Amino acid sequence: MSATSKVPLKDGMEGFVSDWASDQRAFKGVPWGKAMMWIFLLSDTFIFSIFLISYMTARWSTVEPWPNTSEVFALTVNGVSVPLLLIAIMTFILITSSGTMAMAVRSGYQKKRKQAAALLYLTAILGLSFVGMQAFEWSKLIEEGIRPWENPFGARQFGSIFFMVTGFHGFHVSVGVIFLFITARKVLRGDYDTGRRGFFTWQKGRYEIIETMGLYWHFVDLVWVFIFAFFYLW
Amino acid sequence: MSAAVNNNVENHDDHHHHKETFITKWVFSQDHKMIAKQYFVTGVLVMGVIGVLMSLLFRIQLAWPEESFSVFEIFLGDRWAPDGVMDPNIYLALVTIHGTIMVFFVLTAGLSGTFSNLLIPLQIGARDMASGFLNMIAYWLFFISSVIMVASLFVEAGPAAAGWTIYPPLSALPQTQPGSGAGMTLWLVSMAFFIASSLLGSLNYIVTVLNLRTKGMTMFRLPLTIWAFFVTAIIGVISFPVLLSAALLLIMDRSFGTSFFLSDIFVQGEVLHYQGGSPVLFEHLFWFLGHPEVYIVLLPALGITSEIIATNSRKPIFGYRAMVASILAIAFLSTIVWGHHMFVTGMNPFLGSVFTFTTLLIAIPSAVKAFNYIATLWKGNLQLNPAMLFSIGLVSTFITGGLTGIILGDSALDINVHDTYFVVAHFHLVMGISALYGLFAGVYHWFPKLYGRMMNKTLGYVHFWITAIGAYGIFFPMHFIGMAGLPRRYYTNTAFPYFDDLADINVLITVFALITGLAQLIFLYNFIHSMYFGKKAEKNPWKSNTMEWTAPVEHIHGNWPGKIPEVYRWAYDYSKPGKKEDFVPQTTPIAKGEKITEH
Repeated sequence: MSATSKVPLKDGMEGFVSDWASDQRAFKGVPWGKAMMWIFLLSDTFIFSIFLISYMTARWSTVEPWPNTSEVFALTVNGVSVPLLLIAIMTFILITSSGTMAMAVRSGYQKKRKQAAALLYLTAILGLSFVGMQAFEWSKLIEEGIRPWENPFGARQFGSIFFMVTGFHGFHVSVGVIFLFITARKVLRGDYDTGRRGFFTWQKGRYEIIETMGLYWHFVDLVWVFIFAFFYLW
Repeated sequence: MSAAVNNNVENHDDHHHHKETFITKWVFSQDHKMIAKQYFVTGVLVMGVIGVLMSLLFRIQLAWPEESFSVFEIFLGDRWAPDGVMDPNIYLALVTIHGTIMVFFVLTAGLSGTFSNLLIPLQIGARDMASGFLNMIAYWLFFISSVIMVASLFVEAGPAAAGWTIYPPLSALPQTQPGSGAGMTLWLVSMAFFIASSLLGSLNYIVTVLNLRTKGMTMFRLPLTIWAFFVTAIIGVISFPVLLSAALLLIMDRSFGTSFFLSDIFVQGEVLHYQGGSPVLFEHLFWFLGHPEVYIVLLPALGITSEIIATNSRKPIFGYRAMVASILAIAFLSTIVWGHHMFVTGMNPFLGSVFTFTTLLIAIPSAVKAFNYIATLWKGNLQLNPAMLFSIGLVSTFITGGLTGIILGDSALDINVHDTYFVVAHFHLVMGISALYGLFAGVYHWFPKLYGRMMNKTLGYVHFWITAIGAYGIFFPMHFIGMAGLPRRYYTNTAFPYFDDLADINVLITVFALITGLAQLIFLYNFIHSMYFGKKAEKNPWKSNTMEWTAPVEHIHGNWPGKIPEVYRWAYDYSKPGKKEDFVPQTTPIAKGEKITEH
């Protein structure tokens, strides 16, 4: 550890600054991969914020009525139209997968190889089912005639935004699923115990990778909560 | 703390396992020094030459409008210069691609890519970047982006021609002009790759500076170069994603029929089906990147200047903490001033006055920097080598260009000169020329570190003086033709008798541009010649304090043989009383009874 951190920190702002500015590491005990993921997520936040802001400007400026989401996204079960049924299930699944992800991180740090791998596979499968349901939702809407450039239920921006935002989020989930499967396989094979090197990076991985993966996954989950609130519920 | 997070040691170990082949050493290198050279060759030597050449072509057209030149036929071919007369469409394309290449490829990737990669690990005492692999990917994404941008020059209907700011609806509708067809699509794809590259690069820079410093290297002992690169990377991480979003939405508008930026519109008598979008939204998104981008270009150059001016004045930098604070203040303010590019879009005048206020605030940290440079130079033991001359040149253009910034930042004044050559003069001086001077200064100063040889000093002087006089010769008269009302981006002004008086000034500017452009060949020659035949460099040719000069001249993996040196003091102990030499490297322990001067 750094020499400065042995000295008790001063109170208030001064201590805060000298802690951050101490030599060697600003984030003490944090591997660079995790720090990098946090900063990446900061920039990704900007991308999604811009999409949501663009959505809000479009919604405010359009002269046509905005479609009623609880009707557009309703599913008919036994002859009863249940609003937002599919979306509710999707949200539930994604949030559940965040839980299994968190459990996987814990198992990883406990070096419980098989348990961590199993939880990662479970998370990946939940994510995959989310993408599957999204595909179903897309095809249902496309069948009903909603396109990026037109919308029989009202404002055409509805279609544009829907495909743009959920598509970009779905892309994030898909990328996450792929990396979850890769990480799960590596954990199961014991790469992080034996120090086997990555195929492309030629670097040794560590169990901390699961936590870094987890940060991304929770972020994607959090973004979905915002999309759910602003696009589906509003 | 377990050894597991000791990044430096681990990184170093990891590199020893695989043998270096030609491919891993010269092509897919993960070594930051090689990647720096790759960035320089691609970004500055290749893209820079293309960008400058384009400006010379359209300057010739502006000086002698619609006349026939064989040089047009050589570079533009029959397609774009029938009988040697430049086609108006290619004029617009040249202006657009010149802007894009110079701002993004040369002064963002070329400048930051070269010097952040070279200097961050060497000056903070790290073995390499946090992730050599991501660093390599970042370079290759930039390479792909450059290839696509160059390829877009050769498409049938011509490259993108909507200006480097690509405002819709002009850029969104292929019907509006030939340049909004496939050329525009390639432009957007190229920029998407560019942004991905910039993001990966920036992530690496930030994490490396935060977490891989050597023992004793606290944040407030970092050389100002590193502070500048670090903050530049932070601005990049928060502003480039916004351009990515805007580009994606524009791609949707162009290719998938959405109406994010398009509203009811007639093009050539045809009613288009778009409705409800807002082109002003695009301007907001573009300038949310666009203004911070100015500082992404400028801050590294200012950082390089701080370092070179202190070294070559043999004096401690004046107001180190004030310099750090001003970098941070500029970074923060740069994200809340974008509206000053949009005073004439019909935005609420009240909003305009808010943006005027925040914009004028930037003058304060900028002035802090300018005064600190002058105070550092004041009564210094000036070593006027080419690097130092270019740094002083930067201070000059930074002030000249900065002063007109105050005029343009004020909405009441800006509206009168909006979209005239006054604006062109302003941003070329303050960001184009200043950043280029920083780039040149950096190359002259760190060439021994890059290639282990010295550049020719005499050629450096010739290069500097022609460039310095030429740059003012080009851009100073532009203020006047701008105030006279000459609009930018026009193919020719012969249609307006009012502008006939300005024709001679345009000829003058073009003559200066041609001379200055050709003078850059001296630099190219000097660079390439010195690479192979320059005088062998000693370890610390400028008697500098920073850590990179303690590393061996020959590049090795891991930068230092054996242990990484420790740091005991700040980087600016020049001419310290009681010392035999007029410099004390950061790695020298504090002597008994020595007064600590860092602040």
